[in-house]
Amino acid sequence: MSAISTFFTALFYLSLAIFLIGMARKIYQYWVTPAPLKIPTAPTPLTQTGVVMRMAREVVLFESLFKSNKWTWLFGWLFHIGLLLVLIRHARYFWPGDLPEIFLLIQPFKYAAFAMVIGLVGLVGRRIFVERIRYISAPSDYLMLIMLLVIGVSGAIMTFTNNHTDVVMVKEFASGLITFNWADMPTEINLLVHLFLVFVLMAIFPISKLLHVPGVFFSPTRNQVDDARKKRHISPWALKQEQSHEVKLGETLGEDK
Amino acid sequence: MAAKEFDIPALPTYIEIPEINEGIMEGDGPFKSSEEFQDPLGFPGEKVDNWQELAIEKMGELKSKYRSVQVFLDSCVKCGACTDKCHYFLGSSDPKNMPVARQDLFRSVYRRHFTFAGKYFPKLVGAKELDDKMLDDWYNYFHQCSQCRRCSVFCPYGIDTAEISMAAREVLDVVGVGQKYCNQILGKAITVGNNLGLPEPALKDTLLDLEEEIEEETGIAVKYPLDVKGSEILLITPSADFFAEPHIDGLIGYGKVFHQDGVSWTMSSYASEGANFGMFIGSYDVMRRAALRIRKAALDLEVSRVMVGECGHAWRVAYSFWNTLTGVGAGASDEFGLKLQNQLDSRYPQPQHIIEYTHDLIQRDKLKFDKSENDDRTVTFHDSCNVARATNMGGIPNGQFILPREVIKAVCNNYVDMERSTIMESTFCCGGGGGLLTDDLMEIRIKGAMPRMQALKEVEKTNGVDTLVAICAICKSQFSKVLPKFDFDPYMIVSAHQLVSEAIIMDKPQTDDSASEEAEEVTE
Repeated sequence: MSAISTFFTALFYLSLAIFLIGMARKIYQYWVTPAPLKIPTAPTPLTQTGVVMRMAREVVLFESLFKSNKWTWLFGWLFHIGLLLVLIRHARYFWPGDLPEIFLLIQPFKYAAFAMVIGLVGLVGRRIFVERIRYISAPSDYLMLIMLLVIGVSGAIMTFTNNHTDVVMVKEFASGLITFNWADMPTEINLLVHLFLVFVLMAIFPISKLLHVPGVFFSPTRNQVDDARKKRHISPWALKQEQSHEVKLGETLGEDK
Repeated sequence: MAAKEFDIPALPTYIEIPEINEGIMEGDGPFKSSEEFQDPLGFPGEKVDNWQELAIEKMGELKSKYRSVQVFLDSCVKCGACTDKCHYFLGSSDPKNMPVARQDLFRSVYRRHFTFAGKYFPKLVGAKELDDKMLDDWYNYFHQCSQCRRCSVFCPYGIDTAEISMAAREVLDVVGVGQKYCNQILGKAITVGNNLGLPEPALKDTLLDLEEEIEEETGIAVKYPLDVKGSEILLITPSADFFAEPHIDGLIGYGKVFHQDGVSWTMSSYASEGANFGMFIGSYDVMRRAALRIRKAALDLEVSRVMVGECGHAWRVAYSFWNTLTGVGAGASDEFGLKLQNQLDSRYPQPQHIIEYTHDLIQRDKLKFDKSENDDRTVTFHDSCNVARATNMGGIPNGQFILPREVIKAVCNNYVDMERSTIMESTFCCGGGGGLLTDDLMEIRIKGAMPRMQALKEVEKTNGVDTLVAICAICKSQFSKVLPKFDFDPYMIVSAHQLVSEAIIMDKPQTDDSASEEAEEVTE
């Protein structure tokens, strides 16, 4: 195996490990941190089914963002839906052997890359040209968008221009990572940049604002049922505090003066 | 600081998002609390020596106790969706009043001390040290947030600046930098039982005066019972209802509705406060201590129902938090909650809002109104932020928007809503909530009122609206103060139950308890 292939193979496993361990730790942290009070934001769902529907609308359609700002919604949604379709399409590289037929349905969606890139360009533009958003942006906010943009553009170049890479070889390399049958990869610059940034992105996922992905599911204002009067909602630390609190149950039963 | 000169914002036909004006609302913040007011709440009397260390430790504790804090600090992507949603930003144009920038005051310190990127690449991710300047900014800008949660409605992750501002205020209190207004009031609430420090005899006198006044005016002996054991309903209302204008006319309305229904009810001198500023300062413990007085009153007075008067954050604490804090509600499985819940009548929602109660009576045709009594008014309704975004009424979706409007429409003929994007879940705060209702914050209160005033001005111009109804004591006080600054009549703000009071037809014969007989003799 070439030095480059070895480096990328190692980088993949390193990034994957950081991603998996980091995300597991974060999700565990969110999971065990209690939400001591009921704080759903209106319009609130009164049932668990309502919460599932609300979360689905939030995650699939970006409902709240739509309410807020149509341009940010448009660019944000285009980017995310584009990314999702592109990611699913990438299964064909990692899947060892022939892809199940269901994935063939996704193949025409290679143009989703354009949605992704257009969305990202829009988001970068907003960050630069809208004064308020420029004010709240840190260097990492630009960097994140630029990384994604380079990933998207380098991928699109390989798909839509004459700079194709050897996809058979890519498949061998990628599926080899999954099955531990390591293989050489093509070394066109587009592919190297593309993969390098993807691996970096995986590694910084659990230590960056990309945590919004698990975060949204744990957001108490979005995932709580509005039933505070019907069911006593109490966190473990509050219950413990209640049991050892200076104001004990008996003491609240004093005589009327 | 209160004497600083500033311009009253103009009211445009449409709200324009202002260009940012860095530092325009910089300042020392509201008056600081002193040992006298810090001590009863268990906070240090002045800024402690090792404040920095203590603050970071407290931040760590808070993020491990509140999922909201941890998730919200991590999840913001700086998309900017919230940047034009805060009434304080729209009114002041200070960029640190944009919700995300306000949170970032806290988040940048979180990143510096609790995240890998912030520890090793602070510049890259905007991580900052908690120095004196930063703490001053916290104090100043977290007291320019009314915790109204409008930003949370529009955030794709539901990030609620109120949660961050509560956390920041708790950290500030713990290092000895408390706000005088809130902490002084809380001291009274948890020792005397109400925010005004009104003791039982004073309260009794006030209520007797009120009874006399109503009887003089209407000839009907409407009672305001205090500490009557065995009553069916315990009414917990903001203490402003006892003396402030226009609040007291709302209290008159509640009394008339109770009277007309013939239900036995009482207030408690031990727990004579619906407001709970413990929420504003973000302290679970202090909020609980204030709420426990209500629990004790309910148990001592052996009531079967607990009802809450017109107060926004009180209703949030009651509806959303009482069951958690004290067990006023249903569905408990622990000893603490069960004790009270066995006593409460499970046929009614516990606690119940006075609007839910009146609405229910209207639905069942128990109340008769002469709507023409309110014909001189054209009315609009201001959804108070805590009621609108943090509670429900009637147990139906969006009931907190529907019920108050139905009650108002049942008692008056001319009703119009303000622009849809400024009401219901998108309502603009009055500008005085969240512990900001103090004269030393008058500048931000006036500037923050601009978006609400703008929407009101439009319905005044188009529909001739001359009456603004609110169901929140803070909104009522705030509007009385700021309405004239925007060329409105300060008396246009009224309680929902004032309109009820004016239209209700009182015809029920007196019950025969001795108190009302005495009262009848007086009139004859």
